[in-house]
Amino acid sequence: MLEVIIFSLLNGILYGLLLFMLSSGLTLIFSMMGVLNFAHASFYMLGAYFAYSLGMHIGFWPSLILAPILVAVVGALVERFGLRRVHVNGHVAELLFTFGLAYVIDEVVRLIWGTVPVAYMAPASLQQPLFNLFGVEYSMFRGVAMLIAILMFVALWFLLKKTRVGMMIRAALTHGEMVGHLGHNVPRLFMCVFGFGCALAGLAGVIGGPLLTTEPGMAATLGPIVFVVVVVGGMGSLPGAFYASLLIGLLQTFFVAIDASIGDILNGIGMNVDPYGEVTGITLANLAPMTPFILLVLILIFRPRGLMGELEP
Amino acid sequence: MLKSIFTFLAASVLLVSTANAETVKLALIDPLSGAMAGAGQPALSHMQFEAERLNAKGGLNGNKIEIVGYDNKVNPQESLVQLQKAIDDGVRYIVQGNGSSVASALISAVDKHNRRNPGKEVLFLNYAAVDPAFTNERCTFWHFRFDANADMKMNAITSWMADRKDIKKVYLINQDYSFGHAVSEAAREMLKEKRPDIEVVGNDFHPLGKVKDFTPYVSKIKASGADAVITGNWGQDITLLVKAAADYGLQAPFLTYYGASSGVVTQTGDKGVDRIYQINEYYGDFDDPEMAKRQVAMYKEKGWDFYYLRLSTMMEMLKKATDQAKSIDPVKVAFTLEDLSMDTPTGEVTMRKSDHQIQLPLFMSVMKGDMKYGAEGTDYNFHKIAEISREDVSLPTTCEMRRPKQ
Repeated sequence: MLEVIIFSLLNGILYGLLLFMLSSGLTLIFSMMGVLNFAHASFYMLGAYFAYSLGMHIGFWPSLILAPILVAVVGALVERFGLRRVHVNGHVAELLFTFGLAYVIDEVVRLIWGTVPVAYMAPASLQQPLFNLFGVEYSMFRGVAMLIAILMFVALWFLLKKTRVGMMIRAALTHGEMVGHLGHNVPRLFMCVFGFGCALAGLAGVIGGPLLTTEPGMAATLGPIVFVVVVVGGMGSLPGAFYASLLIGLLQTFFVAIDASIGDILNGIGMNVDPYGEVTGITLANLAPMTPFILLVLILIFRPRGLMGELEP
Repeated sequence: MLKSIFTFLAASVLLVSTANAETVKLALIDPLSGAMAGAGQPALSHMQFEAERLNAKGGLNGNKIEIVGYDNKVNPQESLVQLQKAIDDGVRYIVQGNGSSVASALISAVDKHNRRNPGKEVLFLNYAAVDPAFTNERCTFWHFRFDANADMKMNAITSWMADRKDIKKVYLINQDYSFGHAVSEAAREMLKEKRPDIEVVGNDFHPLGKVKDFTPYVSKIKASGADAVITGNWGQDITLLVKAAADYGLQAPFLTYYGASSGVVTQTGDKGVDRIYQINEYYGDFDDPEMAKRQVAMYKEKGWDFYYLRLSTMMEMLKKATDQAKSIDPVKVAFTLEDLSMDTPTGEVTMRKSDHQIQLPLFMSVMKGDMKYGAEGTDYNFHKIAEISREDVSLPTTCEMRRPKQ
């Protein structure tokens, strides 16, 4: 039992951190533009594919740096020549633009890399076990992935809270015009933030690619969950996104690990139901893929501003 | 000038129409994009590869074979749309394999179409949807299965396990739909009969094609203390499952239906050796020189391994039936296919008349390194360790077939 708990904990945290890498960029962009970037998960996919293609020539480590930078460039170009023009027409136009962009990126990926998953794998040196617990190996790559995610979180926090650039960004988020009047180039700042957010998604892709699979459907599978994270955490709140990511990561892994059905639980709290019925026979493991969305519905009903979101002005 | 254009147009119309009369379209309705494309794409390539070979040998009763792919994304509703599209394109032979949920929808739709459109019947050639119901309680005249069904495969696996006394605890993990449940049920029933001492320590179902990270399941398997895992997973679900198991250093062997699916060998490498078993109609030794030649040629031409021997069997039997019937009319071909026998590199196979279920020998193989013909450009492949004869694979049927008037 103990080993299931420990490994579920490790897996849940890793999955949660991966979700956070994705949602942090999304939340950052949201608080800047006031619009959800529907194409965010597509940048995550681009990160994985770029790392796969680059990795074949220059190896894993250089592509860990280069792939997110490339994604950032793509993101910045999208902001400069797409979003900025669309912005004039209001939020709905921006929303539709990112929505369409997601489809375009999906199709482009299919055209370039094919419809079948590509063999993007962690380097052989990282496939060795990091430690051995209860006879189960925990691969080095998972450890490294976790480390990178944590480093990223610390760096992001430092950048936003402790540096001049961070101060400017935070100021621009709430008082854009004032920052402009003070002589800063706000549109360029926004372009950089958008590119930076995309780079974070790209970095998640570099790590998520070998961990999950690198295939054209990877954006579509993770996209909805990332939105759930942002809503549950509270729109535009970075700490909120962090807690929500971990919460969803842990929920999903533990639900798989627990061998109990709805009926077992209801019986456990004293209700007398048939443990093998149509509904009561559903096991928690079956519900696991649904948990993020159940959580989303519950949060929207009982705490619409999310875990750490600010109250509507 | 005008006249010459007209003659050119008339000639080209004539050309097109004669070309149409000479091709038989086989429509493959399978996942050609998305998570499960790794199962559909190699099938499409395999059929195209074999079509070229058979066309050189005269095609179907002198008619050229043309393979057309229709992407259904393993979605039953989408498959019905694609079926209608195929029928509108003049297709009379439908081929499908990935997903019994899809096959179930297609069987009903084909049945309905054939009832309403006499003279325009469509045949459904099933190469991999192995829910036993299709050749038992739900059997129809229009459906032919060229793969052993889930029960037959489990029959073979459990017969092989009967002598493996070192296996005492078994974990079942399957996809959560009709096929996965059929595998799990067959495993529990047949183990009870052949190895009553074996304890089933887990019986998990996960959503089809949705799970990206199998590590939670693997840690559960590990904790259960199982010394063998039985799974009917296919497509991405088998690749990711064994990959997660390899990552975790899980020692228990995986007894699989589709362990040699595309991607498995590349993803697991050394960690899959002696751990991944597969029950299938073929194996990776390619001891038959003709098969070895095709494996090498197909990998070179199409970039996929010669994995689906059953697709070759299917197309060869179709050729034999059309040649014998001297017609490509689906109804005539269907009647000729019944009880048709054919020699294959693995022995004689027969399409049983009573339920349209092929009868064939199966092979247990295990992943090995340093193989003469490696899969996916590596030197790993699946080495034959046991043959289960046609008689031992075969199971009775409950099918009561209703045949059209001849």
